[in-house]
Order: sequence, then structure tokens, then C-alpha cells
Amino acid sequence: MKTGTPTVKRGMAKMQKGGVIMDVMNAEQAKIAEAAGAVAVMALERVPSDIRAAGGVARMADPTIIEQVKDVVSIPVMAKARIGHYVEARVLESLGVDYLDESEVLTPADEVYHIDKREFTVPFVCGAKDLGEALRRIGEGASMIRTKGEPGTGNIVEAVRHMRLINSQIRKVQNMSKDELYAEAKNLGVPYELLFEVHENGKLPVVNFAAGGVATPADAALMMHLGADGVFVGSGIFKSENPEKFARAIVEATTHYTDYKLIAEVSKNLGTPMKGIEISTLAANERMSQRGW
Amino acid sequence: MKIGVLALQGAVEEHIRSIEAAGAEGVEVKHAEQLGELDGLIIPGGESTTIGKLMRKYSFIEPIRQFAAEGKGLFGTCAGLIVLAESIEGGEEPHLCLMDITASRNAFGRQRESFETDLDVKGIDNPVRAVFIRAPLITKTGPEVDVLCTYKDEVVTARQGKILVTSFHPELTDDFSLHQYFLDMIKGG
Repeated sequence: MKTGTPTVKRGMAKMQKGGVIMDVMNAEQAKIAEAAGAVAVMALERVPSDIRAAGGVARMADPTIIEQVKDVVSIPVMAKARIGHYVEARVLESLGVDYLDESEVLTPADEVYHIDKREFTVPFVCGAKDLGEALRRIGEGASMIRTKGEPGTGNIVEAVRHMRLINSQIRKVQNMSKDELYAEAKNLGVPYELLFEVHENGKLPVVNFAAGGVATPADAALMMHLGADGVFVGSGIFKSENPEKFARAIVEATTHYTDYKLIAEVSKNLGTPMKGIEISTLAANERMSQRGW
Repeated sequence: MKIGVLALQGAVEEHIRSIEAAGAEGVEVKHAEQLGELDGLIIPGGESTTIGKLMRKYSFIEPIRQFAAEGKGLFGTCAGLIVLAESIEGGEEPHLCLMDITASRNAFGRQRESFETDLDVKGIDNPVRAVFIRAPLITKTGPEVDVLCTYKDEVVTARQGKILVTSFHPELTDDFSLHQYFLDMIKGG
């Protein structure tokens, strides 16, 4: 009997496929998310758009929030630790969190090293904006990848950019001859074995979700079209006018992402979505996607 | 044989890969009308609350009951087991109520308690690699239920007529013997 094996950790992410993972800030929101059909909730002190507004250093959530959320839902509970902050990660693991997000939404705690995620029993998800980043994180033990997008903006453009880039890099690697892979592993700064797996299978070795800017049901469906295995929705739901309806609509649009009539139906009268931010108005130091490497 | 995998949420492509390796054709099922062309249906692992809600929303409950009544095969893994159960511990409303079992959700604990091990399954010669992920247990079985496998005296695989359920995830390994068993079961084995 073995716990925390790669099969068990990556398998957990596979069970989330085709689903929506929602950011929640308290027990009440967690219940709304579960009732709407979320496959997991991300327990946070503040959603990304509030982190942007507040400024300062963003850290792991208060354990009380995580415990309250854990107590009211039967679906998995995720939580975020700062990049490189393995003590926050250990604390969250000790609380019984089901999945950890080593996240650029929080202020990085280490400018050189990400967490050695293989050492943990609990699985990790990490953000990536290209194939190199994705494979470096998988090399460190991440069991799930998500696009970074640009969190808290309600603007899908960065998530689209990252998903398209990863896809096109995968296609390029697939078409390489075997002897070209060694040089490409060096170019991308990734373990050769992982690159070889991508070459053979034409996809990442772990599940890849979309995140960072999903604000509407059509956004979620667009990311599924681009090959995402599922969707994270952060600020989008509880910053909208009618979170309950909004959450249900995003779940349905993710399941039936090619059924445009259905997406039209669930998009009716949703009220105002979160306002959103045009990416070019963000200063370089306000771009969360630039954190991590 | 043509086997559908309910594709509302969860590990769908893994089951399609496994059922094809066992020699059948595998198709994603997103609409109840597709059931007519199938010999069997797999309800995959995923989140049972999500799958249950979407099954209701898209009117799958009655058509799947009808499908079972016609003697077609059903195979539920993890969340699929919960969805097929007659009752669910903790007061959650049951979904398909097709199998005379009581399911206990997240019976082993949280993700950090998830594990893999080798188990003997009645009717399968070699030990089966069993991956348990926030897995349910079968805490009660009716008289028509045949227990095929236990782990620490708890029931983790069972069969009733042409319905097969496992707590664990055979679709996450390269051992296709349970999928093979399911196909043989549909043929009348």
C-alpha cells in the first residue's frame, strides 16, 4: 500500500477533467460552488482581483478559512502557497488540503527555487505560460498544470496566449527527429525524459487546465476548445452580479463546450460580469503571469 | 461491441483507452439519445456531485434505468459506483439507484490518504493494480450482489447482474483485465 505515488497524484487531477474549479473565500461561497457543480474549490482569503486592489504582500490564507471550507463541502479543497514557500505548503498539507497550488497569484517567497513537489504526499498544480515552464514544474513534481493567464483581470487574452503557445510548442516537439530533442531540451531548459514523453504522446504528461482571466461561460468554452482539460475560475464568479447562476452557467458551458445553443441559453440574463482590466494598462510589476520562471 | 463512457465530467479518455485495449469500440456519451446504439455504458471517476447534477440536468436518469432494464451492461468506477448505488451514507440523495448497495463517500479520508495497492479480484487470474483516489466504499450489499473484491475486509468491487462497480480506478493503469471482465459480463459470462 503506497500513498502519494505519481499515479495517485496525477490520477487525482484526471478525476477533475471536464470540470470547473472555483475560487471561494468562505464557507457560504464554497456551498454555492458545490451546489453549482464545481469539481473542487480553491479556498482563499482574497480572490485575485481583490489581491490586485489591495496591493502589498499576498500570502497563504488563514487556516481558519480553509478549515471552514473543508467542513462544509464534500468535493476536494485546494489552497495556494507562495512560489518557493515550502513551509506554507507543508502547513496546508497538514490541514488536509487535497491539492496545493504553488501560485503566482501570491507574492513569490523565493526568486530562484520552486518547491520540490516530489517530496509531498499531496499533489500540486502549477501555472505555466509556455512548454518550458510546464515541463520544469512537472520535473519538480507538479501533478497538474494550468495556464497562468493574467489572474484577476477578467480578460481571457493571456490564458489564450499561453494555451496556444503550449499547444504550438507541443506540435513542434512532436515533429522533431529524436536527435533534435536533446538540443531542444537544452533550449527549453527542461528534463530530456519529459520532452521525449511529449514527443511520443503529443501532450503534456499531466492534466492541463485553463486559468487566469475566465470571466464568462463562453470564455470557459473557448479554453476547452483550445484543448484545456478543465477550467479554473477565480474572481469571475463571486465578483459577478449573480454568483449562483453564473457558476452553474460556467459548469454547463464547460461540459458542453461545442453546444453553442446551450451556451447561448445559459448566458442569458447573467447580470454584469466582473468589470475586467485591459492587459496593456497593467504595469510590468502588476503582471502576475511574469512571476515564476 | 460498442461501449459508451458517460462524458459529463471525469476521466473519460482513460476509460476509452482501456475499453479499446480490451477489444471493444469506445465512444464518449454526452446525450441520452446515444444510449440506443450501445452494448454497455461506463460511468467514470470524477466528482459524483458534479456528475449527478449534470445527469439530472441533461435527463440521463430515466434513460440509463431503461438501458439497465434492457439488460445492457453498466460499469461504475469510484464516482460511478456512488452514482449507481441504491443509497449513499450521510443523507446525500442517491442518483440512479440501480444497484442494491450503500456507498460511503471519501471513505478512506482526504487526498493525502489516497493510495495504490495490488488486490485479488474474483474471476480475474492475476492481481489487479488498484488506485484509490478519495475513494468510496461499499458498506452494505443486498442479497443479489456478488462481492468480487475486498480491501481490509471492506467491499471495493461488486457485481449485480450486468452491473459492475469498483471503488478504485482500473482506467489509470495498463491492466485492462477489469474492462475485459466487463465485456465478458455483457456477453453473458
